[in-house]
Amino acid sequence: MARAIVNAPPRAKRGEIIEIKTLAAHAMETGFRRTQLGELIPRDIIRRFTCTYNGVEVYRVDLHPAVAANPLIAFTTIATETGTLSFQWVGDNGYSVTETAPIRVE
Amino acid sequence: MTTRAARLFLALSAVRLFVGPAAAGEIPLPERRSGYEFMSRETRAVQDDDTGNPGTLWVLDGEALWKRKAGAADRACSDCHGDARESMKAVAARYPAFDPALRRPVNLEQRINACRVGRQKAPALAYEGKDLLALTAYVARQSRGLPINIAIDARSKPFLDAGSETFHRRQGQLNLACAQCHDEHWSGKLAGSPITQAHPTGYPLYRLEWQGLGSLERRLRACLAGLRAESYPYGAPELVDLELYLMWRANGMKVETPAVRP
Amino acid sequence: MTTRREFLVLAAASLAAPTAAKAQLDPNLAAKRKAAYEEALGKVVGGAPVRAGRVKLQLPPLIDNGNSVPLSVAVESPMTAADHVKAIHVFTQRNPLPEVVSVHLGPRAGRAGVSTRVRLADTQTVVAIAELSDGTFWSDSAEVVVTLSACLEEGLI
Repeated sequence: MARAIVNAPPRAKRGEIIEIKTLAAHAMETGFRRTQLGELIPRDIIRRFTCTYNGVEVYRVDLHPAVAANPLIAFTTIATETGTLSFQWVGDNGYSVTETAPIRVE
Repeated sequence: MTTRAARLFLALSAVRLFVGPAAAGEIPLPERRSGYEFMSRETRAVQDDDTGNPGTLWVLDGEALWKRKAGAADRACSDCHGDARESMKAVAARYPAFDPALRRPVNLEQRINACRVGRQKAPALAYEGKDLLALTAYVARQSRGLPINIAIDARSKPFLDAGSETFHRRQGQLNLACAQCHDEHWSGKLAGSPITQAHPTGYPLYRLEWQGLGSLERRLRACLAGLRAESYPYGAPELVDLELYLMWRANGMKVETPAVRP
Repeated sequence: MTTRREFLVLAAASLAAPTAAKAQLDPNLAAKRKAAYEEALGKVVGGAPVRAGRVKLQLPPLIDNGNSVPLSVAVESPMTAADHVKAIHVFTQRNPLPEVVSVHLGPRAGRAGVSTRVRLADTQTVVAIAELSDGTFWSDSAEVVVTLSACLEEGLI
């Protein structure tokens, strides 16, 4: 099951600002919708997205129901050193997804 | 709404007056425009970028399913068809296609299920379920950029005609025919949204309204509900005939799967 | 297609849930949501003044569908340890909830910004607030016109 797509450059120059684009598979149920019989569909969203770079948090987003389904989050970070970019999405009902991307910095 | 009221409503809501081709004729190839051209720049950008296009999530799932063994025969799609990028190239562009065993056209979803049941000896996948959408999206993705190529012969002509008849017939409480909006009033507006030519170039597609990927049949059922007409169940011959007609009417246009639409 | 049985259940449910129906017809809805926005904004900035500028909030002026609207925020900042953007908050004034996203970042981001896609319930004003390392707040706002698709599906088809 494709849970997330990450687009990050595999290589960069030291100090370069790199662009990262992420897409997570999630319905982001707002908790405001109702079924045809009038029952409220409970909220079920991704609540937090974190990017860590060799274990150090460099970017964090708190998400609310106003974020669209299959959330796209695009941001930048400085290519400081060779290592691993780690992306984590955490949400309701125990949702937790982690993806990593290696980066080589010259 | 009476027929007269419906006509008045359309005339009042259309931005441009009726200057289109005769009601019975299809849009000539040079004038065929994809729904892509009726969307905002921003939504087009979502479709164009594979990483940002949510439809990609389903395509990736389909790729995984393609390689997964299933059923009593314990066979994966790839066991017979190998690499989909080669074997499925241009396949979706010619569906719906005539099935000699059933002696009628079938759409891509039905063809996939025929393999599931007949070759993999697995239960059929549910219409509009995650797995069937993923596999259909993955197969159709292999036709992206290629021209739609529905070939009609003596066997399939009656079904094309049936689909055409559905497209041109007034239906539902609104008593409107598909052709009235999509042949005669495309580029006008209905309640603020652009009326497209209704070419199914990118199915299954990610529809912002659904916040998910869906099939052409889902879209057709929604259209029929919009007309306040009785909708057909998934896989119904009436829907497949209409799909055949719509794809044939779009011949020559490029496949865009997985498209993004409002 | 709603069967007769489903219709009767629906009718019974709507009679039994008058409070739910009332919430959807609240004539003070716009005012209540604006107040909720002011409260949420207050929680972030405290009593500090919010200055217009340095923040660029980008939204398409007319959007295809309120379910997914591309939004991006960019903040002018050298992003050094001494002078950087600590957080970016996005609010709406007419959604059921005012908060959209809160971004927490620092000098390692290189550029202060975020791009995402959001849900907008109505034609309204969207506001982006940047919190700087020196404790000041800066903002930008954008007006969006939201139209809905014409043909509505039944239930959850």
